[in-house]
Amino acid sequence: MLYQFARRLLILLVSLAVASVAVFLFLAVLPGDPAQVALGVNATPELLANTRHEFGLDQPLVVRYLRWIGGVCVGDFGRSYVTGDAVAPQVFDRLGVTLWLVGAGMLVALLIAVPAGTFAATRHRRPSGMLISGASQLGVAVPAFLAGVLLVRVFAVQLRLLPSGGWTPPNQDPVEFLRGLILPALSLGLVQGAVLTRYVRSAVLDVLREDYLRTARAKGLTPFRALARHGLRNAAVPVVTVLGLQLATLLVGAVVVERVFVVPGLGSLLLDSVGNRDLLTAQAVVLLLVVAVLLVNFVVDLLYTALNPRLRQGA
Amino acid sequence: MTESLGGAQVPHPTGRAATRVRGGRGLSLAVGAVLVGAVLLTALVSFAWTPHDPLLVDAAVRLRGPGAQYWFGTDKFGRDLASQLMVGARTTLFVGFVAVGVAAVLGTPLGVLAAMSRGWVGELVMRANDLVLAFPALLLAIMFGAVFGSSTGTAMIAIGIATVPAFARIARGAALSVLGSEYVLAARAAGRGRVAIAVRHVLPNIAGLLIVQASVSFAIAVLAEAALSFLGFGTRPPTPSWGRMLQESQELLAVAPRLALVPGLAIALAVLGFNLLGDGLRDRFDPRLERRR
Repeated sequence: MLYQFARRLLILLVSLAVASVAVFLFLAVLPGDPAQVALGVNATPELLANTRHEFGLDQPLVVRYLRWIGGVCVGDFGRSYVTGDAVAPQVFDRLGVTLWLVGAGMLVALLIAVPAGTFAATRHRRPSGMLISGASQLGVAVPAFLAGVLLVRVFAVQLRLLPSGGWTPPNQDPVEFLRGLILPALSLGLVQGAVLTRYVRSAVLDVLREDYLRTARAKGLTPFRALARHGLRNAAVPVVTVLGLQLATLLVGAVVVERVFVVPGLGSLLLDSVGNRDLLTAQAVVLLLVVAVLLVNFVVDLLYTALNPRLRQGA
Repeated sequence: MTESLGGAQVPHPTGRAATRVRGGRGLSLAVGAVLVGAVLLTALVSFAWTPHDPLLVDAAVRLRGPGAQYWFGTDKFGRDLASQLMVGARTTLFVGFVAVGVAAVLGTPLGVLAAMSRGWVGELVMRANDLVLAFPALLLAIMFGAVFGSSTGTAMIAIGIATVPAFARIARGAALSVLGSEYVLAARAAGRGRVAIAVRHVLPNIAGLLIVQASVSFAIAVLAEAALSFLGFGTRPPTPSWGRMLQESQELLAVAPRLALVPGLAIALAVLGFNLLGDGLRDRFDPRLERRR
């Protein structure tokens, strides 16, 4: 167990290091001189050289990388070449917004998938169960941004119940915040809920066939209580894995959904900074997303072992 | 097996669970084939004929409703929606073919290599694989777009690279089981080299699973291309693309929701088609499946 943990941790650290080099190199070769971008087209060569020196752009790539990653490790992502502002506060500000979306999306997905999947499993050869399976297959094919556009059409344009976009911070006006969160969360969560439903259904079906569930039933528990007390914990093992991986999907999916709903999250920041040639900001966002995916995968691996005693012994 | 939605990879249920997740086996294959066939046919026909010039801007017929002349109506520039949809099918399939091609050509040999050399080479390949997995297609494509300029080309290469790990994993898993078989042992005993074994024994035997993966990956590529064009990082105007049609429809959602519905439905049906086709094919090709029902 400890050996497994140490090995996974080592792999994680190496992956993080390699990923950061990849992100740095990739965006360091971005066409366009950051000094030129910062100063505009009328800058004199001397001024350009000065600014390059000031940004540290005249240093070799290795030095630039080490400076950057050194700062990142202590939470300093540098100052934007374009706006001159510190990158870190902006990035973490936007991360907060994106996490609200992802969290709410995940909640929607779970609220759909757990009841629907369990229901479909318990009726798996009846029409109602098959209907849910079919609907989830359809839901998988609908991209989040399409769901978003359609939800806006119905709930914002037609019924005028909810705002079609924009963002109100929760501490400013909680009610507006919630109203603004509903549609983006639904568009992220509906699709992931459809995906998750298929896994919940299959996991519950597997558990329903197990001997311990039959034993629980023989001891006099009703089917529902047997499933609730003995089945769901076991069914959770494969579902948690998928859930973790979906977290990564949601983070990236948020990039598109933020564009639909004009939400100032990480995704909008990434698209804007790429558009403005704001190298350091783009680098910070990409790194943050990649690190998030790697960390999520790491935690999922650990949870998978922790939740499944059989794997624990084998390791 | 992995399936990815909007980027990250989700493991496919295998074994008993897989049989059930998929359900109605013959039906999946048939419906999938019909949907994919329809997209393919639409794209092919568009080379020879479209009802109108998809790029023809005509202010006199802006935002016409559906009818005999314009089947799905026209957009804000008076362009025929049906014709754009037909040519857009070409874009979708083109991106899918190239992306899946890149992924299969790079991923399959890597997976087979990882299976055949189980020492540090195999380990290195699979770790590198996991690292690429941390760069979802969408993110990679935005990075590619930033560096090389956004175009259909950068989008499909990025989607292809992001899909490599899916192929490498499938190829590795399947190759491992083939390598354990007696005929490979016999071939080894007969003195065949590693490359010969890989080409003559491993590849033909894992081809079925790779075809299944190709179909599933195709669905993901269609989604990714649509998302990228929606964000402005994919196919550039004026080339019609379903994702961009959807993006352009957003401002007119109140007036003409069909502008969103038509390309949206096309994307969803194409993705559904490739997913179902993949499911159906897996039932044919995956030897690990129990024939239960």
